[in-house]
Amino acid sequence: MGATTRNLTIAFFVLLVFGAVSPMLFTDAKFPQWLEVILGGVMSGVLYSLVALGLVLIFKASGVFNFAQGAMVLFAALTLVRLMEKMPFVVALVVTIVVMVALAWLVERLVLRPLVNQEGIVLFMATLGIAYFLDGLGQTLWGSDIYTLHVGMPKEPKILLEGTFEGGILVNMEDAIAAVLAGVMVAVLALFFQKTGTGRALRAVADDHQAAQSIGIPLNRIWVIVWSVSGLVALVAGVIWGSKLGVQFSLQLVALKALPVVILGGFTSIPGAIIGGLIIGLGEKVSEVYLGPLLGGGIENWFAYVLALVFLLFRPEGLFGERHIDRV
Amino acid sequence: MKLNDAQAGLAAAERRIGEVILAVEGISLAFGGVRALNDVSFDVREHEVRAIIGPNGAGKSSMLNVLNGVYRPQAGRITFAGETVAAMEPHHSAARGIARTFQSLALFKGMSVLENMLAGRNLMMKTNIFLQALRVGPALAEEIAHRKRVEEIIDFLEIQHVRKTPVGRLPYGLQKRVDLGRALAAEPKVLLLDEPMAGMNVEEKQDMCRFILDVNDEFGTTIVLIEHDMGVVMDLSDRVVVLDYGKKIADGTPDEVRSNQAVVDAYLGVKH
Repeated sequence: MGATTRNLTIAFFVLLVFGAVSPMLFTDAKFPQWLEVILGGVMSGVLYSLVALGLVLIFKASGVFNFAQGAMVLFAALTLVRLMEKMPFVVALVVTIVVMVALAWLVERLVLRPLVNQEGIVLFMATLGIAYFLDGLGQTLWGSDIYTLHVGMPKEPKILLEGTFEGGILVNMEDAIAAVLAGVMVAVLALFFQKTGTGRALRAVADDHQAAQSIGIPLNRIWVIVWSVSGLVALVAGVIWGSKLGVQFSLQLVALKALPVVILGGFTSIPGAIIGGLIIGLGEKVSEVYLGPLLGGGIENWFAYVLALVFLLFRPEGLFGERHIDRV
Repeated sequence: MKLNDAQAGLAAAERRIGEVILAVEGISLAFGGVRALNDVSFDVREHEVRAIIGPNGAGKSSMLNVLNGVYRPQAGRITFAGETVAAMEPHHSAARGIARTFQSLALFKGMSVLENMLAGRNLMMKTNIFLQALRVGPALAEEIAHRKRVEEIIDFLEIQHVRKTPVGRLPYGLQKRVDLGRALAAEPKVLLLDEPMAGMNVEEKQDMCRFILDVNDEFGTTIVLIEHDMGVVMDLSDRVVVLDYGKKIADGTPDEVRSNQAVVDAYLGVKH
């Protein structure tokens, strides 16, 4: 099986690169404009990766698909934006972090602890409950209006490389900063998971609760850690998306885009979440701009889901997921 | 000179079985109306191989889960290494030196053999998490030391050739060895084995027997073992506890247990 799946993966990436480059080869697209599309795709891709990362973290450490990730993004952003009305940004940020950690602790204490050693589907249903609860709680505490979030990111697009190309490349600075921020976050988390004893313990918990307990991994503490980390990831995602779109209910739907990302990258893989996000960000931008006119537009809205569907058909474990062989 | 050697040998043989290291007294455990364990008491001495046997549903695995802290008994006391508690906690029991293997495998399937075993040493890793992430200074030295110890266990269990393979892809017999290896990696005082030979063929059973005896001899690990294969139990163990319907019906050397009428009745059935 090793060789065929590897070939399929390689074929997929070749196809991907070909798809990205083809506008330059077969149409009369201008290079700077093409580069702008690619950059735009990469930058929104990094943001998808960030939300997807929150999902992957919890999935790795508890084998649960966390339906509440979107609600956590919204809740974090709402908390931050309303606190900023009363205190300076840095203080509000610290308080929000404390709130997210407290939330993780409560989730562990009230929801996960009574459900130790239960089936994945039971835990999934529990996260559904958490999602609706957070929804209601956020709106009760902070109201349901649309709030604008200013965290000091430059809103003005910049024109780069004016000397090299005619007209230069238009880059949205806000997106660029967000992309760098998300990139750093992703790198730190990847190191944490792959190289540290705690990371190993997290992965152990994901694979088997009982066995993890038997080698002395304190399940409860691990869950608090992982929900805190994914709360922080949700906060970063909430800040970035919130300052782009305004803090509002639809932030939740951003998490919906993270679902095809993790299907593509594999539920258990941090690099998968990153690359999956980039592929989807890139793919939907390129196909919107260059295929859109041929197909009547709107590709950006369905591209990710169709790609995920194809993956579910042919490679359900995703590009980098762990393949489980079930013995009969 | 020769006399001294002989004396030393004798002393060693006597020393092999030491003081009581683990004891349970009056353990009772019920799930709703089902009494899984009913007032069970026995002890385990240092360095011995202690077997728990009994027909299906006798409460053997429940007993192991009590020792390991997965179940909290409703009554009774557990004394381990001089400390008496009403119930163990899983990660505390691991921290104090009790490791276990599982009847139906519970390995970290996505991780390699090496990572599974390193995870077994998780409690011993002391360096700062930031140093670990960057693999510098003391964290590097620590990682190398742990890795070295794990490699020794891998050699011991003769699974060098699969050390980088994800465990989920290994055949059953090898997975059982990895399970044992992960428990050994923690360098436990007491090792609980839940049916280590279940589902194995004769050859695999022989290998596993050899490993268990070697662990007991070379590392001096105390072993508590549940097993269905009577031949294996009688060969391996120093003393045997027999459970039936949650009650202890016999306790003694393999020979004593074999000739006990209550045990024969429990296994073969008795006319009423």
